[in-house]
Amino acid sequence: MNSIRLRPLSRLFLALFLTVATIGESLAQAVGAAPAVSKEGVAPGATAAATPATAVAPAAGGGDAAAIAAGDALFKGNCAQCHAVNDVVVGPALAGIAKRRPMSWIIPWVKNSSKMVASGDEYSVKIFNQYSKQQMPSFQLSDQEITSIVAWVTSQEGKATGPNDNANGTGIKPGEQGPAGGADTADAGAGKYMNVLLIVLVVVLIVLIVTLVIIANIMKDVLRGRKDLDGRDREVLEQRFDFSKIYKSTAVRTIVGVVFVLAVLYESIQGAMGVGLQQGYQPTQPIAFSHKLHAGEHQINCAYCHTSVYKSKSANIPSANICMNCHSQIKTESPEIKKIYRAIERKQPIQWVRIHNLPDLAYFNHSQHTQVGGIECQTCHGPIQNMDVVYQYSPLTMGWCINCHRETPLNTKGNGYYDNLVKLHDKSNGAVPFTVSSNGGTECSKCHY
Amino acid sequence: MQESPKYWKGIEELENSPEFVKNALTEFADFLPVKESTGGADATIAPRRDFLKLMGFGIAAATLASCEAPVRKAIPYLNKPEEVDPGIANFYASTFFNGQDYNSILVKTREGRPIKFEGNPESPITRGGLSARAQAVVLSLYDGGRLQHFAKKGAKIDKDQLDQEVRNALAGAGRIAIVSPTIISPSTKKVIAEFAGRFAGTEHVMYDVHSASGLLRANGGVVPAYDFSKADVIVSFGADFLGTWLSPVEYARQYITNRKVSKEKQTMSRHFQFESNMSLTGSNADVRVPLKPSEMGEAVLAVYNAVVGGGSASSYSNKQLQTAAAELKRAGARGLVVSGSNDPAVQTLVAAINQALGSAAVDVAAPSYIRQGDDARMSRLLRDISNGQVGAVIFYHANPVFDHPMGADLAAALKAGKVRTTISLNDRLDETGELCTYAAPDHHFLESWNDYEPKRGFLSLAQPVITPLFATRQAQDSLLTWAGNPTTYYNYLRNQWRGVLGGDFNKAWDKAVHDGVATGTATPALAAQTAPALDVTGAISAIKSAPKPSGIELAVYEKVGIGNGANLFANNPWLQELPDPVTKATWGNYVTVPRAYAAAQKWEQGDVVTVTANGKSIQLPVLIQPGQAAGTIGIALGYGRTNAGKVGNDLGKNVLPLLGMRSDAVNYVASVTLAATGTQEPIAQTQTHHTIMDRKQVVQEATLKQYIENPKEVTEYEKISTPDGLEKPNKVSLWQDYEYKNHHWGMAIDLNSCIGCGSCVIGCQAENNVAVVGKQEVINRREMHWMRIDRYYSSNHHKTEFETEGKLDTYAAMEDPSENPQVIFQPMLCQHCNHAPCETVCPVLATTHSSEGLNQMTYNRCVGTRYCANNCPYKVRRFNWFSYYSNEKFETVNGHMFTDLGRMVLNPDVTVRARGVMEKCSFCVQRIQLGKLEAKKQKRRPQDGEVVSACAQSCPTQAIVFGDMRDPNSRISQLLRREDGERAFHVLDSINVQPNVTYLTKIRNTESSEFNA
Repeated sequence: MNSIRLRPLSRLFLALFLTVATIGESLAQAVGAAPAVSKEGVAPGATAAATPATAVAPAAGGGDAAAIAAGDALFKGNCAQCHAVNDVVVGPALAGIAKRRPMSWIIPWVKNSSKMVASGDEYSVKIFNQYSKQQMPSFQLSDQEITSIVAWVTSQEGKATGPNDNANGTGIKPGEQGPAGGADTADAGAGKYMNVLLIVLVVVLIVLIVTLVIIANIMKDVLRGRKDLDGRDREVLEQRFDFSKIYKSTAVRTIVGVVFVLAVLYESIQGAMGVGLQQGYQPTQPIAFSHKLHAGEHQINCAYCHTSVYKSKSANIPSANICMNCHSQIKTESPEIKKIYRAIERKQPIQWVRIHNLPDLAYFNHSQHTQVGGIECQTCHGPIQNMDVVYQYSPLTMGWCINCHRETPLNTKGNGYYDNLVKLHDKSNGAVPFTVSSNGGTECSKCHY
Repeated sequence: MQESPKYWKGIEELENSPEFVKNALTEFADFLPVKESTGGADATIAPRRDFLKLMGFGIAAATLASCEAPVRKAIPYLNKPEEVDPGIANFYASTFFNGQDYNSILVKTREGRPIKFEGNPESPITRGGLSARAQAVVLSLYDGGRLQHFAKKGAKIDKDQLDQEVRNALAGAGRIAIVSPTIISPSTKKVIAEFAGRFAGTEHVMYDVHSASGLLRANGGVVPAYDFSKADVIVSFGADFLGTWLSPVEYARQYITNRKVSKEKQTMSRHFQFESNMSLTGSNADVRVPLKPSEMGEAVLAVYNAVVGGGSASSYSNKQLQTAAAELKRAGARGLVVSGSNDPAVQTLVAAINQALGSAAVDVAAPSYIRQGDDARMSRLLRDISNGQVGAVIFYHANPVFDHPMGADLAAALKAGKVRTTISLNDRLDETGELCTYAAPDHHFLESWNDYEPKRGFLSLAQPVITPLFATRQAQDSLLTWAGNPTTYYNYLRNQWRGVLGGDFNKAWDKAVHDGVATGTATPALAAQTAPALDVTGAISAIKSAPKPSGIELAVYEKVGIGNGANLFANNPWLQELPDPVTKATWGNYVTVPRAYAAAQKWEQGDVVTVTANGKSIQLPVLIQPGQAAGTIGIALGYGRTNAGKVGNDLGKNVLPLLGMRSDAVNYVASVTLAATGTQEPIAQTQTHHTIMDRKQVVQEATLKQYIENPKEVTEYEKISTPDGLEKPNKVSLWQDYEYKNHHWGMAIDLNSCIGCGSCVIGCQAENNVAVVGKQEVINRREMHWMRIDRYYSSNHHKTEFETEGKLDTYAAMEDPSENPQVIFQPMLCQHCNHAPCETVCPVLATTHSSEGLNQMTYNRCVGTRYCANNCPYKVRRFNWFSYYSNEKFETVNGHMFTDLGRMVLNPDVTVRARGVMEKCSFCVQRIQLGKLEAKKQKRRPQDGEVVSACAQSCPTQAIVFGDMRDPNSRISQLLRREDGERAFHVLDSINVQPNVTYLTKIRNTESSEFNA
């Protein structure tokens, strides 16, 4: 009888405990979710296998696939900043160019358009006037290269090329990306859903607790009204919870103490490990240059501005004269662009804030990764085509480097350097992939010298 | 109350002197000895608590500071030059010649900064080799000691104003003299001629610090072109042609061509050297005979008598000389005699001997122009200046106040205002420039256009590789401006070359600039040069009548590192710290004395002595030099600078004032008296033991006779005892072997080709940002060179004496080099052992083995236990005792790591090591990685020769071969296959560390060792 009577109270405590625990956990999850995911970065193996843009050969359209593939790279490297296939950018849309004009006209035009205009060629003059007398620069391309560009353009005709279409083929859908900040979009979406669920749960629990407290009070009142209670029952009824017992208990004190010390230790270690880490570093740049606009919407090839990314250890931050290739004509009134003009007039180079800082003791070579390894820019730099303001996407820690070197298969296809190595590897250890580290890619003096 | 007895520890306490009170308060007097007190007394007595406080604060501050990374800027070009890509090195061909040796170079630039020189393989003269001096000159571009603006009496002056004043002064100057070292630039000479045309009464006087005036006079005003590869018997009388004489890089390559031996070519030249100082060339000779300078004339006469006959009898004779003369005669056209003497009589006889032999190695038709200095004209000019007969003097890269024996007179004349207008075109306010009214500093040669003609018909170009760093102007432009010619020197030069290059000029010019050398062209036809008529009789009587000096004879020589002590060399810390190949001494000069003499005088190494000659005296420490001829001493010139710059000032003493003139030529020999001063001055030597004590495991040599008899027996291979009998050491091993699938980098060093010139040492230093440590740290044996060249002398004692003399006594005796020892050089660097003892003892795995055979050193992992250095049998690891780039103690000597200006020379691909870490040769891993990457980009395997270490690249004699030992067709694989079991050996093979560096036994062309007895 007694035990039955007392049950509601113990239930109340149980419920309270559960509620607190759940809220705590959910809070912890909500806080922990973002960094936990972003620390992971993109799984290194996921995109590494993607072949470089230059090697993608769309089978659509006629013509030689190799020529089209070559044309793709050439177009992106030379033409894409002013032309699109189906849209007017700076210059006309190039769809149907092969039908509009003969190759015998296109080739000299590309090589030296001003000469064509000056010669009084009717179509040339017309197109020159139509596009506000803006001169197309001369390109030192061979006839064959121009032909392959045209072949590629023909193959691309009619394909939708909206700003959301990702030209770089990384598989990251720009539309789904939230604003910059380092959180991974997909996981952030799931987190939001979980949050709603948790809030509902918490509300239900609070209602439940309140209800239970009310019921308990009513029952207590009822019991107090009864006269047939003996001393012991009355004692139980009048019992008040003594909180001092909890903090006086050695067990509780020990547990709290140990938990506190552990928590402090954990936090300090985490803090110490994070010293010098700049993941998510997003400084304000002197000029509000948007990669989202240039690389995302206008699909300008990375190597157009970062000229040496395929040939040098540094990718090269573009000099002002590269900006001027387009901005001598485009958006000349923008206050941001005017900053570039000012820099040129004053002969003072633009001082960008460096985002990706490797320590001096580490040697990193872009061309090794882009040209030889075939790694996409986004693998390390993240969804750069969606960044209005660039931030450091990857942690750039040694662990992060090594992990990728351990997991990433070498891009050995068609590279004579690796032929024999692949054979040797397959013979001795064919079951596991031939990764960077199996070729000595995790040895000290590959990066430290 | 009874007073307790008081005890005192000493008289000081009893007296309670102030000093005692002070010391009693500080038990540990010194602050941490990190920073040595430089006058601030407070810093040295800071109490320990302050130190702890400071340390606590420092740690806290460092922790806080490290939480917030500093904002770093990335500053791109405003307008990127087309050919520059950040991160990619560009190479430009150029030429280095500053009046000493000629080098055709490739300048490696990064982001527009020259950082290293490599030899230009296109050059038919230097053929890809470089001297140590030329290697180091890149550092002089960033020398803060250069004068950075035009100046009048030391104060800055506007360029135009200076031009105006100089033009006015020159117009009424009357006699004008342009003083310069040898100029081999045809266009510069044309500019000077044009200047002389504008100002009548201008004369151009050239002089050389180490003059070849005598040689020139004997050969009709030119230096004959020598080709040592065409000589089978070489007899050199004091000519250090491998180190400092005329064109050492060119001669070294030729010399070695005929010294390399293999199964196919079992012949080599025989080289006799008669000299007083132990020179680099003498160290490489098959037969070296010590000889007093005063005996030189008689010795040459003896050879003349034996080969040609007809001269009066010589008073000098010994067995070696007779052999040399007999062999010369037998060799005929394949014989060659050279002499370093500046005595025209000696040189006349030498020329006569070569003519009589019909030596194919001497080419009079295409002579060399690299020495044109005329001692007679120079001394006449200096006398005229002292007499006030010269109106204006222009010093063009000439510093006669320091480097001419009559420099003191000139200085006095300049100070007294005997010359109204004095102009210095030198790159700094050196000893002469300081005394000039006007200074119009010349560009560094890396900022200039120029052309050179080192040999008739061989032209080369220098092109600017960097925008001028300072407000200087190219000297030729200055001269043109003053002469009133508005053309720039660049256009002037191009116009000159229009007549030289055939065909489409622009195309040919571009090719010449690109290649650095213009082969197949010739200067406007000159009258064919014929062998000059020689006055042999006059020469013989001059030799006979030469005064016989009494007492000790001084022979002045040049050191391989510092050369003539010109500005570019003297203020260059790399060269100052380059150990002299023979003495292994750095930072300063000294008196080399023979051992017997030092013993007789009871002098020890480092005792300072006073050397007196011609009424002048200098004080220098003594260095005991085995092989120094009895009755002689040697002192290097080029030291004792006072205005060279922070690095070069006050090192050693200037020996030139001790010299006089003889037969109108500077006499580099003098009679001296020596007196001990009783003081000591340590000499900073990098190697203080001298012999190998019969340890065949370290370095091996054999005679050509033995090699021809049986090549399999020239090298001694140590065997070790095993249960199965004697076996090769690598049969027994604790460790597992590595399997190399991709590359296996290795190096082979041919001791027969290595002449010990030190070019590799400087090449390595430039490539790998090796710090300079200064004299005191060298004395402390903390030099940082990754590559050193060990020099060993032979001893008269051998293990065979164990029985008779006892083991201990014999070993003690073997430590002493013999009176005239044979010398052997051995480049020593990290051997990249496959079973490396250093790897197994590192507690933090900072040194590990790579899958390509490299012994890797990871600085960021190193905690500085130095176990590895302790366990290294080759002693090639270097510990960073200090932050050489930030510790003010090293600011003078290591300035290029301190200032923004100096740091431009650092190789950006190689880490500058911090204090407390170990470092060592990396086999130029950055070059390996680059070579591999280029091959991968082109989707192919690297070709042999694409990946070359800096030392191998710079070696003038190609003694070092670097390559992939896994590639069966590589040069190194072929060499090792060929030499396996013959000359190839590993140093300390018996300890079985299996190095990746293989040495090839040195072969000497002697029949027996009695030659040198």
